[in-house]
Amino acid sequence: MTNNSDVNNETLERAREYVKQLELGNSKQADLVLGELTEVRESQLFNELGRLTRDFHEAINAFNTDDRMASMASDEIPDARERLTYVITKTDAAAHTTLNAVETALPICESMDKTLADLNEAWEKFLSKEMGAAEFRKLSATMHKFFSTSTDDLTAVKANLTEILMAQDFQDITGQIIKRVITLVSEVEKSLVELVRLGSGLKLPTLESDTDTKKEEKESEKSAKAAMNLEGPQVPGLESDSIVNSQDDVDDLLSSLGF
Amino acid sequence: MNKDMKILVVDDFSTMRRIIKNLLRDLGFTNTTDADDGSTALPMLQGGNFDFLVTDWNMPGMTGIDLLKAVRADPNLASLPVLMVTAEQKREQIVEAAQAGVNGYIVKPFTAVTLKEKIDKIFERIESENA
Repeated sequence: MTNNSDVNNETLERAREYVKQLELGNSKQADLVLGELTEVRESQLFNELGRLTRDFHEAINAFNTDDRMASMASDEIPDARERLTYVITKTDAAAHTTLNAVETALPICESMDKTLADLNEAWEKFLSKEMGAAEFRKLSATMHKFFSTSTDDLTAVKANLTEILMAQDFQDITGQIIKRVITLVSEVEKSLVELVRLGSGLKLPTLESDTDTKKEEKESEKSAKAAMNLEGPQVPGLESDSIVNSQDDVDDLLSSLGF
Repeated sequence: MNKDMKILVVDDFSTMRRIIKNLLRDLGFTNTTDADDGSTALPMLQGGNFDFLVTDWNMPGMTGIDLLKAVRADPNLASLPVLMVTAEQKREQIVEAAQAGVNGYIVKPFTAVTLKEKIDKIFERIESENA
C-alpha cells in the first residue's frame, strides 16, 4: 500500500499548505493549493473508474467469447430441461408399471389363498371322517381344478414379478441422465463464479482451493468429461445423429458386420 | 449350454446389476458375480475362471469398451464370450465394440426375452464353432 500512503502524504502536505496560506492571508495562493488538492482527488476517482471500466469490459468480453458459456446457455440448459422432464416421464412410467403388476398379481394370490383355505377346511373334514361320498366327489373335483389353475396363476404371478423387476431399469437410465445434468450444473456454477470474479476484481477462494482437493477435482472432472463424451441414454426429441433406434437396428448393423 | 457356467456382471448401477442377475437366475444361471466397473472386474476375470462376461459401457474408472479390449488382449481371457448391455446406441460405438471383439450387443432398455435370445445366440455360435 505504499502507493496509497504516498498519495495520502501528498494530500496531507497540500492540506497543510492550504491552511498555512489561509493563515498568512494569501487567499489567491490558497485557492491554487485547493485546486491542486481537488485534482489529486479527481485523478484518484478517475483511476478507480478506469479500472472498473476495464474489468467490466474484460468480463463482458470473457462472457461473449466463452463458447462454452454460449453453448450452455443456448443448447445445454434447454436440453437439460428436456432431460429432466424425460426423467419424470420414465420414473412415472416405472411406478405405474410396478403398481399395475402388483394390482394384477395381488388378486391372484388372494384368490389362491381363499381356495387353499377352503380346501384345507374340507380336507380336515375328510381326515376326521366327517365327509359323505357326494361331498368327497365335490372336494375331489375342486382339488383337480385347483391343481390346473394354480399352475397358470403362478405363471401369471411370476410374469408380473419379472415385469416389476424390469421396470427398475428406470434407475439406471434416469441416473445416467441426471449425472449429465449435474455435470452441466457444476460447469455453469464454475462459469458464474469466474464471471463474478472478473466483474468484481475480487479473489474468490473457490477457484484457488488447496492442491489436494484440486487434484481430486481434476480426476473426477476427467472421468465426468469422459462420461460426457459418451452419448448415454437417448432422450426423445434430443436424439443425436447416427444412432440406432431399436435392438433390431443393432442386430441388423451387427449382422451387416458379419455377426 | 452349461447352466452352471460362471458369469460376471459389470455395471456401475447396482440396480442394473441386480436386474441382470435376477434375469440370469430366471434363465437358470445361478453362478453369477458382479463388479461395479472395469478396473474392479479385470482382476476378478484374471483370477476367477469366468465363462461369460456381461458388461455395461459407460462406467467411471474403466469403461466397458476398455474392459473388452483388455480381455481380448489377455491371452488367458482372449476367448471369453462378452455381451455388452448398454444405453450407448451410436452406430460408430456399436461398430467399435464389434471391432473390439464383442460377442453380443444389447441396448438399454431391454427385455428379458432379448437377453435370453442374445445369450442363446452367443453360445449356439460358440458350440457350432467348437463342433
